[in-house]
Amino acid sequence: MNVLIYLVPLALMLGLTGLIAFLWSLKSGQYDDLDGAAVRILPDDDVASR
Amino acid sequence: MAETLDLSLFVEPGDAGASHMTLAVEGVSCAGCIRKIENGLNTLPGIIEARINFTQRRLAVDWRNDEIDAAKIIAAIETIGYHAHPFAPERADADESAQARWLMKCLAVAGFAAMNVMLLSVSVWTGNVSDMTQETRDLFHWLSALIALPAAAYAGQPFFQSAFRALRARHVNMDVPITIGVTLALGLSLYETAIHATHAYFDSAIMLLFFLLVGRTLDLAMRRKTRLFAGNLASIKAEFARRLDANGELVRVPAAALFPGDRVLVRAGERVPADGTIINGTSEIDESLVTGETLYRPAQAGATIYAGSINVSGALTVRVTAVGAGTLVEEVERLLDKATQARSQTVQLADRAARLYAPVVHTAAALTAAGWLIAGAGLHDSIVIAIAVLIITCPCAIALAIPAVQVVAAGALFRSGVILNGGSAIERLAEADTIVFDKTGTLTLPEPRADERTAIAPELLEKAARLALSSHHPLATALARLARVRSPYAGAIEEPGRGVRAVIDGTEARLGSASFCGIAANDAAAQASRGGDASFISFTHGGVIASIPIRQTLRPDAVAVIAALRKRRLKLIILSGDRPDAVAPVARELGITDWQGGLKPAEKIARIEELKAQGHRVLMVGDGLNDAPSLAAAHVSMSPITAAHLTQAHADALFLGDQLKPVLQAVTISQRARRLMKENLGLAVVYNLFAVPVAITGLVTPLIAAAAMSGSSLLVTLNALRARLRTEGA
Repeated sequence: MNVLIYLVPLALMLGLTGLIAFLWSLKSGQYDDLDGAAVRILPDDDVASR
Repeated sequence: MAETLDLSLFVEPGDAGASHMTLAVEGVSCAGCIRKIENGLNTLPGIIEARINFTQRRLAVDWRNDEIDAAKIIAAIETIGYHAHPFAPERADADESAQARWLMKCLAVAGFAAMNVMLLSVSVWTGNVSDMTQETRDLFHWLSALIALPAAAYAGQPFFQSAFRALRARHVNMDVPITIGVTLALGLSLYETAIHATHAYFDSAIMLLFFLLVGRTLDLAMRRKTRLFAGNLASIKAEFARRLDANGELVRVPAAALFPGDRVLVRAGERVPADGTIINGTSEIDESLVTGETLYRPAQAGATIYAGSINVSGALTVRVTAVGAGTLVEEVERLLDKATQARSQTVQLADRAARLYAPVVHTAAALTAAGWLIAGAGLHDSIVIAIAVLIITCPCAIALAIPAVQVVAAGALFRSGVILNGGSAIERLAEADTIVFDKTGTLTLPEPRADERTAIAPELLEKAARLALSSHHPLATALARLARVRSPYAGAIEEPGRGVRAVIDGTEARLGSASFCGIAANDAAAQASRGGDASFISFTHGGVIASIPIRQTLRPDAVAVIAALRKRRLKLIILSGDRPDAVAPVARELGITDWQGGLKPAEKIARIEELKAQGHRVLMVGDGLNDAPSLAAAHVSMSPITAAHLTQAHADALFLGDQLKPVLQAVTISQRARRLMKENLGLAVVYNLFAVPVAITGLVTPLIAAAAMSGSSLLVTLNALRARLRTEGA
């Protein structure tokens, strides 16, 4: 069962990375305008103008 | 006349000559609108950033003061084709979004911890029935403790703080047993881990927190959504006033920026922005929003005038005054104070459940411990079993049972055009057995309408309606609604206080007062007496003279809605401030026999108190300033969105649109929601009836606790969703 010594910390690190990523996205305002994000991908004028 | 627009009330100063403003934007419905507005503004010189929040339908703009100002930005949005209304930043708003973020963080931490602890727990459960060594199990328990303890300390804060506040105020809420349960479960698990025992309850404690946080987050999200929407509506409806400065210049300012002593110009057809005294001018005043009276009141210099009334004919200069003794507003405010104090705090279902729950569960746990001690079990085993009882009865189901239904019901109400001011309104709406309606603006439409079934030829009516487009007079505005061609006649001239005239097809047409159109005074008087509650507007063109009746008309679906409400065996009453002979025809058409007219605010309250004393629970529906105290005195209250500001503030729910149907839907949805809440509480009780005996006999393992907890929470949540399923069909 020695494999646990590195597998368990690895599993926890992965989970923790997910948590930190979520907290970062919350802090940077990714969830402030959910409906807006859904419609903003539709216009493609940014492609034409550049 | 050149006017400047003063928006300083809405502008937040930023650093280095920059400013920020939030606007509620009407008509943003797609990606194209977002792009048009943002691109349109961002290319203007001086704009630092313009960004639309599509969820909130709000626009945030930052700009440099030396290149552009707030009024120019609003004008720019107007030229793009949208109406933007500046938004006064509110303290409560900011607090609530900060709280929502905090809850989300707690939820994320609890979710992370619950998943990882469960990972370890499932290993232990399977290991316990196969070949796990004690050392491995201890390692897993210590790892669980390492994750669960800090996570619970962080994510449990909303509950710990609320429980602490409740205890300090010497009462018990649902968070007290939650806090006790979580703390004991964690403490016990830590002790069990230290003595190398088989079972630890870290997973139960952290999962409990996770489920409860889901309930809290949903609850807050619902309240924020309705508040955002109400905030946008308020800023769209917000009124502007023309303030006369000391040097005689007119400045347009938001009504909220007026102070006693300011002089305000109110033109014909405009709403009076603040209470005050007339210092110049004569006119007629439509006070239907204030007193419910539909006849116009003549007003001249020296008369008192109330915010919300409409200036009908001449321009008035008004000095804004603070609320004076003996005025209507003062009486309304005094009655409001009394009514708000007297309002019995109704105990909500959730609080009642909490009050029962805590003592019952804690007594059961204590009895269990005592029972096992007497039966000869050791102190340690007795306490472990008692704590298992606390864990298994965890109020997950109860704490989710009611918020889940409230969220779903508020969503259903929102879709039918009802905006709640608070979650408790749903339960009180469901309890109402008597509905008291105000007449003017509630049963009838807020503005008068021209009667289409007049004896006048349709093409003549169309001409009159199109001519009415050029006038600001309220009667003309009502008539103009009928115009099919929406462009006014070229060269139409309005003569203030008399009417409008224009040349149509080579001959002059006139629309306005009887004398303006050449009708003899005694003919006009005779007609007015035949017309009953209608007001007349006269029209003449090419030798034809006609009088068009304009009257308060019922909301289009009022008769059907009243009939449906009666079918639900609700007692229906009309209490109006208007003249009895104006109320009678409305009551007759709706088939309501219990009605009174000509009531003062105090008399309305007296009638409501009388109904309350007879054991009735009154739903008051009203819009006038005179209804505000009655709304506060009633068990629960609703207002149309056109209601006076003070009245809206005291209503439990607002409804949108020209229809009366939202009142019926509010009652229907609330009654269904209350039934579901009771069902859910029943489900929670049944669950405990099965789970508690198992726990008392000491058979509960962490596995059983986890399964029971998630199972019961899932069950009540699914049951709550039924509130939505059935409204979709309705």
